[in-house]
Amino acid sequence: MITTKDVEHIGWLARLKMEEEQLEGYADQLNSVLDYFGQLDEVDTKEVEPTYHVLEMNNVFRDDEVTDCLTQDEATGNAPRTQDGYFKAPRII
Amino acid sequence: MREESLKLRPYLDEVGVMIGLEIHVQLNKLNTKIFCGCPLDYHDDGPNTHTCPVCLGLPGSLPVINRKAVEYSIKVGLALNCSIEEHTQFYRKNYYYPDLPKGFQITQYDYPIASSGYINIEGEDGEVRIRINRAHMEEDPGRLVHEGGSIERSKYTLIDYNRSGVALLEIVTEPDIRSPKEARRFLDKLRNILGYLDVVDTTLEGSMRVDANISLSGGSRSEVKNISSHKGAERALLFEIVRQKNLLRRGGKVVQETRHFDEARGVTVSLRTKEEAHDYRYFPEADLVSLRVADWAPGIAKTLPELPDARRQRFITHYSITDDHAKSLTSEKQVADFYEQVAAEVDPKLAAVWIADVLKGELNYRDLGIDAFASASMVQLVKLLAGDKITEQSGVEVIRTILDEGGTPDEVVAAKGLLKAGSDLVTAAVEEVISENPGAVEDYQNGKQEAVNFLMGQVMKKTKGRADAKEVRKMIIQRI
Amino acid sequence: MITVSQTLEAIQDSSAEEVVSQCIDRIEASKFNTFITVAKESVLEVAGETEGHTGPLAGVPIAIKDNISTKGIQTTCASRILGGYVPPYDAHVIERLKAAGAIIVGKLNMDEFAMGTSTETSHYGPTLNPWNTETVPGGSSGGSAATIAAGEVPLALGSDTGGSVRCPASFCGVVGLKPTYGVISRYGLISYANSLEQIGPIASNVADMTLLFNVIAGHDQRDSTSVPGEKDYTKALVDDVKGLTIGVPKEYFGDGLDQAVEKSVWDSVHRLEDLGASWQEVEMPHTKYALAAYYVIAMSEASSNLARFDGMRYGLRLEKDHDWHTTYSEIRAQGFGEEVKRRILLGTYALSAGYMDKYYLKALKVRTLIKQDFERALKSTDVLIAPTMPTPAFKLGEKISDPLTLYMADVNTVPVNLSGVPSVSLPCGFSDGLPIGLQIMGKHFDEKTIIRTAYTFEQNTNFHTKAPEVV
Ligand SMILES: [Mg+2]
Ligand SMILES: [Zn+2]
Repeated sequence: MITTKDVEHIGWLARLKMEEEQLEGYADQLNSVLDYFGQLDEVDTKEVEPTYHVLEMNNVFRDDEVTDCLTQDEATGNAPRTQDGYFKAPRII
Repeated sequence: MREESLKLRPYLDEVGVMIGLEIHVQLNKLNTKIFCGCPLDYHDDGPNTHTCPVCLGLPGSLPVINRKAVEYSIKVGLALNCSIEEHTQFYRKNYYYPDLPKGFQITQYDYPIASSGYINIEGEDGEVRIRINRAHMEEDPGRLVHEGGSIERSKYTLIDYNRSGVALLEIVTEPDIRSPKEARRFLDKLRNILGYLDVVDTTLEGSMRVDANISLSGGSRSEVKNISSHKGAERALLFEIVRQKNLLRRGGKVVQETRHFDEARGVTVSLRTKEEAHDYRYFPEADLVSLRVADWAPGIAKTLPELPDARRQRFITHYSITDDHAKSLTSEKQVADFYEQVAAEVDPKLAAVWIADVLKGELNYRDLGIDAFASASMVQLVKLLAGDKITEQSGVEVIRTILDEGGTPDEVVAAKGLLKAGSDLVTAAVEEVISENPGAVEDYQNGKQEAVNFLMGQVMKKTKGRADAKEVRKMIIQRI
Repeated sequence: MITVSQTLEAIQDSSAEEVVSQCIDRIEASKFNTFITVAKESVLEVAGETEGHTGPLAGVPIAIKDNISTKGIQTTCASRILGGYVPPYDAHVIERLKAAGAIIVGKLNMDEFAMGTSTETSHYGPTLNPWNTETVPGGSSGGSAATIAAGEVPLALGSDTGGSVRCPASFCGVVGLKPTYGVISRYGLISYANSLEQIGPIASNVADMTLLFNVIAGHDQRDSTSVPGEKDYTKALVDDVKGLTIGVPKEYFGDGLDQAVEKSVWDSVHRLEDLGASWQEVEMPHTKYALAAYYVIAMSEASSNLARFDGMRYGLRLEKDHDWHTTYSEIRAQGFGEEVKRRILLGTYALSAGYMDKYYLKALKVRTLIKQDFERALKSTDVLIAPTMPTPAFKLGEKISDPLTLYMADVNTVPVNLSGVPSVSLPCGFSDGLPIGLQIMGKHFDEKTIIRTAYTFEQNTNFHTKAPEVV
């Protein structure tokens, strides 16, 4: 069972701001989906390896060769705030 | 089997300092970043000029591993006596910071490329072994500029992603280091080895960045971030030891936390933004496939150069030079190469003295590298000295002149007339000085020893320094 | 609906500009909210440049799902958080399309970040099903299937993470393919669940779908999971299923299956039998766990894939900055819709300390079992046939309020993504005027066999000739 406190913590981990009054609603929704996920417990997977990749591929590389860069304007062209070619972010603390 | 616990030592003092280091090494001798083809020559260019959709984390872009970055990582792993793992995989480390354009860092977790190695260093009590837990590959974040100065006081943050995606090898030690001085020695040794491998240009800013974990027995561990120099590491750790000692002495408790080293003030400050549980939610990066590259290791091992420890031993036995000279000469690959070029043509012992004791000092003083002095010049100089053609004093002057103004030893000696003056000339000068300075002679005869120094100075002036000082002194005393 | 050959003829008779400009007119007159962005400014000029182009799609208009990066054309993933984002680069498939002479006419509506089965979660409003505007077009590539059904464009691209091409193809009575994982480069596809998804072609008939697939498939250096596929998929357009063995997995005909759907699918199996194929029932016992495993994996990956949307380099930025963490949390809270947030929260939880093994790792193990189900079933058979969706298109607003009910609709499509096999959906019947989709699944890299099966079925039936009345 996810409590409202858990929801608050997950919201913080995911950087999704939640208002106090939303927490209960989220807890209910998440719990009903997690209940459903609980049915995976029925499956015996003791001897089963996880599948990370559907195709068994190894060792895919690129050569250490230079390709074209974006220009500074292209790189920052979508940024809501910039200064002197930098992206402008809020203060850290 | 590995003998990793062989050299673990008892605590050095009652506070039981345990230090572990995490060193982020930029593989900046590659042409391109780890997951994209952006070039690494951004240091002289403006912000965000060396980026592409991949290293900017634009929606839809995907990473592809630079083969050479893997080769370099294996090379370093082998040089640190690590084993190269059969199966290596990249993971996502999920956390939020403005320098991280994707909201996660692609790194390695359960399956690092190299593990279980060691480096031997000169410890507080003889040679000790510092174990390497692992070395793993990851991408460098961008660079932040905290506008208005420090991280605590800045109003906003500027981001430059030129650095974003540079290949890093994170080298993690066991907590085997017992003092700040040892930490610094470890870092110097590591830099030395990396230099030999030719995978890192350690002169570039930010090419080796250190995080340090430190605890005193009975206390929790604190992690100090943002250490950018080896001297900084020593200072930061000293500060932490004193801070933690004081806390414990006053009955306080060291809390487990991340602290930031403020290089300018020489202090560490707590970086508690909010009660932040570290939950990185590591999981495999499905945009990259596994690496099975252990079979590259034997081939790469063959390309490894002779490493500092081995070279030092060889210098001692082969050139019969002192351990101190051998250490000094092998601490940088370029210096060692330089020495061997010179030693091939002249007396190796004399060459060692002049390179380790004189040339290196003059270079350091001028903040120059060994490439500022030609090995052919050193050969010429040692020949002049060995043939007793110039004085030691002139030898030093030759080196200084070449570094400051250029030229070869022969040219400098000729231009400055530094060839040792013939004995007739010196005898004549001594006679002249004695007859020109009766006052000083009288002073000496009345027991004033310093008068000799004055007379010597006069002779040296007349011979423009080409006379051997000891010889001159002897001659003057004989005559008066 | 419009075919590619009709379009090429029209270009011959008039010009690419003329054809594209008519296409734009149709899009602008659309009553189905199929597009988010119409590339009006550049498109006529681009069409003019295809004069004399010899590519297979020279001058042919195509519309692109809005989660595929298009240089110079706004790409939003139907999300507020990406409003105004104009990518500086083209996805691999877009480069391929341009090289083939196709004209990108605009970007299609979808569920926000491809998270949905109805195209109702779009920030730009829902797309309507052209067969009945009170029903959903399916999702998440709802705009892609609806624009084909409405005859607005001959070709479209969608993406399929858990059925997002096949579901709307089924609901809108068009043809859509989810290729084998790796056959189409994902470079430029904005990730929702990157281990599961593929870009997929959508068209009004099997031949056009295959032609489009042929243009966009192929190895790409910039996608590490990309593999070289076949050279020419159009060679599979053969009207012949003699000797083909069809597997019918009974688990795909479970609770909640609409009777008309069940009948149409069985009729289709029998039709193929008449044409020379044989069929047998196969067992895929882990199918019932596919939905849970799929959602755990998809949400986990999504929680990480969507972490980059922070308003610094692109997208939504709020008026006032606070400290970094607060600013970021507020932007994301306002920029993402409810379903997206729900999935990010669930995925974050499933990966978090203490729950990783219970959810994420467990789901990956169940994924192995589902993959093995496919391997076993396809050992004795060439293709598997099942309903794409358990029902025809449902009503707008009917399921959106209860996430779990909505997730259940994906029961027959998600196993395909978990196992990475290819699957095509094509029309095989109607119920109350709404199309029914037939799903044909195959072995890894055996697109040719499912295309041949689909093509033979289509050539010998007339469901694909029906189109909704669009006035
Ligand atoms: Mg690291
Ligand atoms: Zn790049």
